Amino acid sequence: MSHISILMENQPGALSRVVGLFSQRGYNIDSLSVAPTNDSSLSRLTMVVKEEESVISQILKQLNKVIDVVEVQNLSEIESVSLEIAIVKLKITEKEAKKIIESAFPVVGEIINHKDEFVMIKLIGSNHEVDDFLLSLNKQKFLEVTRSGLLGMGTGENFLISESETTIEY
Amino acid sequence: MKKESGGSALIRALADENVELLFGYPGGAALHIYDAIYQQDKVQHILVRHEQAAVHAADGYARATGKVGTVLVTSGPGATNAITGIATAYMDSIPLVVISGQVASHLIGTDAFQETDMMGISRPIVKHSFLIQSPEEIPEVVKKAFIIAKTGKPGPVVIDVPKDMTDPNHLFDYQYPKDIKMRSYSVPSEVEESNIDEAVSLLEKAKKPVLYAGGGIIQGNASEELKKLAKIMNAPVTNTLMGLGAFPATHENFIGMLGMHGTYEANMAMHEADLIFALGSRFDDRTTNNPQKYSLNAKKIHLDCDYGSIEKIINVDVSLNGDAKKILKQILNKINTKNIDKASIDIWNKEILNWRETHGLNHDLLDKKFHQKQILPQQVIQSLYKSTNGKAFITSDVGQHQMFAAQYYKFDEPRKWINSGGLGTMGFGLPSAMGVKFAFPDEDVVCVTGEGSIQMCIQELSTCMQYGLPVKIINLNNRALGMVKQWQDMQYGGRYSSILYEDSLPDFVKLAESYGHVGMKVEDISELEERMDECISMKDKLVFMDVYVDPDEHVYPMLEAGGNMSEMRVSKTKKTF
Ligand SMILES: Cc1ncc(C[n+]2csc(CCOP(=O)(O)OP(=O)(O)O)c2C)c(N)n1
Ligand SMILES: [Mg+2]
Repeated sequence: MSHISILMENQPGALSRVVGLFSQRGYNIDSLSVAPTNDSSLSRLTMVVKEEESVISQILKQLNKVIDVVEVQNLSEIESVSLEIAIVKLKITEKEAKKIIESAFPVVGEIINHKDEFVMIKLIGSNHEVDDFLLSLNKQKFLEVTRSGLLGMGTGENFLISESETTIEY
Repeated sequence: MKKESGGSALIRALADENVELLFGYPGGAALHIYDAIYQQDKVQHILVRHEQAAVHAADGYARATGKVGTVLVTSGPGATNAITGIATAYMDSIPLVVISGQVASHLIGTDAFQETDMMGISRPIVKHSFLIQSPEEIPEVVKKAFIIAKTGKPGPVVIDVPKDMTDPNHLFDYQYPKDIKMRSYSVPSEVEESNIDEAVSLLEKAKKPVLYAGGGIIQGNASEELKKLAKIMNAPVTNTLMGLGAFPATHENFIGMLGMHGTYEANMAMHEADLIFALGSRFDDRTTNNPQKYSLNAKKIHLDCDYGSIEKIINVDVSLNGDAKKILKQILNKINTKNIDKASIDIWNKEILNWRETHGLNHDLLDKKFHQKQILPQQVIQSLYKSTNGKAFITSDVGQHQMFAAQYYKFDEPRKWINSGGLGTMGFGLPSAMGVKFAFPDEDVVCVTGEGSIQMCIQELSTCMQYGLPVKIINLNNRALGMVKQWQDMQYGGRYSSILYEDSLPDFVKLAESYGHVGMKVEDISELEERMDECISMKDKLVFMDVYVDPDEHVYPMLEAGGNMSEMRVSKTKKTF
């Protein structure tokens, strides 16, 4: 299992090139999150990939070859932090919800909506923690879940930023 | 500064890229562009008869010249017809720029007439693709497309152009960029000295080296350097199917093609080697047989412009990612002749010669010739070699005839052997020959084909008439999809499922004549050489030579599936394992 961060041009078809690479070469994606960055010409992806190490190194090479991909970083090889956000909908009372949140540690939870007999809870934690927590929920009352996929970033000097443009003459 | 529309800017940009020939086929979404072509005379448009042929022709042109081939097709069916050609070029890393018309921007996504998602359909088979979003960006995109197509590991690039982007009424100032900035694209940088040193030390220590050269040496124009290295080491050289001509076939160090239908001695050498230096070849499954059993005793050095190819299939001891010519020069500068184990390599070369004597290519052909009345396909290639003095450009289709051509035509120069190695596309031969002939009108250009393959793009006989392209077509007519038949013989108990035409083949002589060309039929071995000479000597005529060959001949050697490189069938009755 590896966490990979990708910085990619915000161009037509760029995301499908990255995702397509995985289906084309038979690699398995466990989760994927994508959003623009502070530079609107770039998008940032975090992927969780379930493959052996030799396959991961192939994946990194193939990702680097995708022309819209500006930078790739294997977060699993550097010191990094990562977390995941989930929203769950449960058929419980607010009181029960509060109890669940108290017991959720180390996952951090918060009630974000309460309508009719349904409560929505926002959860933040590492993806294992979120996994474990969701498993612990009472099946009958647990109605719906959506997860952000893992978000990650290298610590300290481990930046994922685009290198300066190279000028190519031919 | 002359103002241009998107359509005229596109063609002007091609002219600024020194494009002389644009292979294509018109249609609605491309009509503004076609009107721009009409109004200039720098870029000549070649009207083919099917878009697949346009791409193959541009591909043949690119393989023969080393330049970028250029294609223009319309949206929808024009674009989808081009797909097989694009995939063919992609698999063999051939630089192409393919421009496809697209429905107008506001219609994209509405299932408009002749709309297909070309960006989506072509994505897995292009090096890169662009969707034009404003007419003003056309010159820059064209520049980027050419740079991406030809640098690093070359490949096809698609430019999808919505019709409104070429509107003749929208004019803008045209300027062709000299260079471009791309933060997300770079070509491999220099190889570290320490890697070169490691490679050199392995080369110097080797007792049983093999230089295994592929298409990358041709694309990287590194044949001269390879020859020097082989000479310094006195090392045996084998070429892949894509690499034929990278090292001269008549050179004493050449041990033939390797792989599925490689020579006995080349495959044996790969199996027994103590050092394999892979140069611009990617350990394709057709050249390794079972990777788990692949050349277990050999150290391996891999030189490739694509780092994605290194350690994809086979783990190596030294990887050299970058430009073949440069890296070979660095190696040649460092390698010390005195350190090379000449004595051991001499013994090694003798061992290889021994293999050649026992099961080399011609070993049983001569006995066969003695008994037979039918023409053997191998003899046709030998005859072609003689008639053309070994100097022709040979394009081929896919099947047994392709393998016979690869085995028996001894290519001494790069870029002379033009075939679809990676995708194995039947129909490639004739259109690619057209592309070559456009580039080299005074050279012999011969398409070696089969009666199956030639019918996949036979309509191009008409294009050849229109543009006066006197290519030669040598049809090894075995009345069957021979390569499939061979597999059915070997693995399916001779159950010939759907490989015969049941007397429905056309009369190829009449067919050629109906297009205004010359047709010939040869059935008797005694007239083969004379007719071949006659065919090749008709310099200004396209000649379709339909040669009836032994329908039961198989291609050997043949690697045994799942085995190692020494496990081969060398004839219908003999095997090495
Ligand atoms: C477009 C395409 N379809 C199918 C194949 C599979 N195939 C490989 S060789 C072959 C037979 C080719 O027959 P022919 O052109 O007569 O050549 P021969 O093997 O008889 O010399 C076929 C069908 C292919 N390579 N390409
Ligand atoms: Mg045939």
